[in-house]
Amino acid sequence: MKQYMLAVHMVEGTPAPSPQDMQRAYDQVDKVNQELQATGAWVFGGGLLPADSATVVRAEGGRTTMTDGPFAETKEQLGGFWVLRCKDLDEALSWAAKCSEACMGPVEVRPFEDEPES
Amino acid sequence: MDLDGVYRAEYGRCVATLVRLLGDISLAEEAVQDAFAVALEKWDTLPPNPGAWIVTTARNRAIDRLRRESTREARHAQALLLHQHDEPEEVGPVRDDQLRLIFTCCHPALAPDARTALTLRLLGGLEVPEIARAYLMPEATIAQRIVRAKKKIRDTGIPYRVPAEQELPDRLPPVLTVLYLMFNEGYAATSGSLIRTDLCAEAIRLARELATLMPDEPEVLGLLALLLLTEARRPARLSPAGELVLLPDQDRSLWNHALIAEGHDLVRRCLRRNRPGPYQIQAAINAVHTDGPATDWQQVLALYDQLQALAPTPVVALNRAVAVAEVHGPALALAALEHLELPGYHLLPATRADLLVRLGRAREAAAAYDEAIALAGNETERAFLRTRRAGLDRPS
Repeated sequence: MKQYMLAVHMVEGTPAPSPQDMQRAYDQVDKVNQELQATGAWVFGGGLLPADSATVVRAEGGRTTMTDGPFAETKEQLGGFWVLRCKDLDEALSWAAKCSEACMGPVEVRPFEDEPES
Repeated sequence: MDLDGVYRAEYGRCVATLVRLLGDISLAEEAVQDAFAVALEKWDTLPPNPGAWIVTTARNRAIDRLRRESTREARHAQALLLHQHDEPEEVGPVRDDQLRLIFTCCHPALAPDARTALTLRLLGGLEVPEIARAYLMPEATIAQRIVRAKKKIRDTGIPYRVPAEQELPDRLPPVLTVLYLMFNEGYAATSGSLIRTDLCAEAIRLARELATLMPDEPEVLGLLALLLLTEARRPARLSPAGELVLLPDQDRSLWNHALIAEGHDLVRRCLRRNRPGPYQIQAAINAVHTDGPATDWQQVLALYDQLQALAPTPVVALNRAVAVAEVHGPALALAALEHLELPGYHLLPATRADLLVRLGRAREAAAAYDEAIALAGNETERAFLRTRRAGLDRPS
């Protein structure tokens, strides 16, 4: 089994969806989450608050500095993600299709590095 | 058959089987190359089943090599091999393995350019310099594409399996596209260097394998029929002087009639299934072109109408316009081209030029030929267009 991150990106500055659409997305994602949990693929999942709530922490040479705002200065920011346990990429991709339909946006699939063997 | 012949015929099948046995593409390639090196040393005459010999030798060489190594991949592969200990020792290449490998090579998660290169490398056994020459690309670019694709297959866990029935609508088209593009790349090269002819032969070989492995998929049969019916006309496509000869002017006795018979038979098999798709319709159009002493353009136009409904692309619209000209005359065909946009595609101005000639609008035709000549990709086609343009000045 491998673990995959399914990431949802938000483009800042695009008009916010209507409250009805938001509610529909929440309901749909809820349903997919229940399915993920029932099949055992679920590891973790959640939505993030907007990127302007982020703080970047740098610990270098014994000093810690903090900056307000997200690390990447781009309009596309991580909006939420799932971590899934799947047999192979095809399984992760078919979950991604369901997730994309549910949250009404593109989903990026990335495998985690294999855990080092003990 | 000599060792080169065995290599061409068996390389892809052996790699495919070793990928299953070892669970890793690079390890499989190394093992098969090792086995061919041993064969070069040991074979005085060919063994009765060269493919089985290569697979067994490759498997044994892989076991030796893995025992000496201790990487994670090596340990994983070793475990897989031990697990399969109960299987018969003499394993020949298994055809299903090739099917698995082609679906892995043409996985939609890989970049389209990488799919073709990887398929040619792993299933066709073409070396990187050969692929680079065929696509007129630097070797480094092709090598990098292949390395990247193999890494993505390994790192992301792209599986080595034939997709389930319900996945085929998504997974089969990229496989068919790779074979179609491979063939086209070879066929468009009218200058006909040997390597590019090889691309056509390899595409047909793989399409044949695919049709044997998936005889119930009409689009697979359709693609094979399309390739065979196109290939059949190759001997008549160039004059002895190397000039391009258009279909109506071709010497039909030069066509490969065995391939045409096979293609027609496949088209009939597809039609019986009544699940039409773009490759089947294109094959049917080519069947009409190769049936009887002259093309039945009414039938061709009806098929293009059907194709346009399924695949409404500008290239289909352009080809349909050629059929419209034959059935309804050049004026209607020209009108059909009016809003078509195919930037950089020389056949659009070339077709427009031909239609303008037939309408007696020589000056506009000359301008359209000039546009086509500037866009044409190879010398044979440019020469053909220049001859046509020159013909405008002569009273006919």
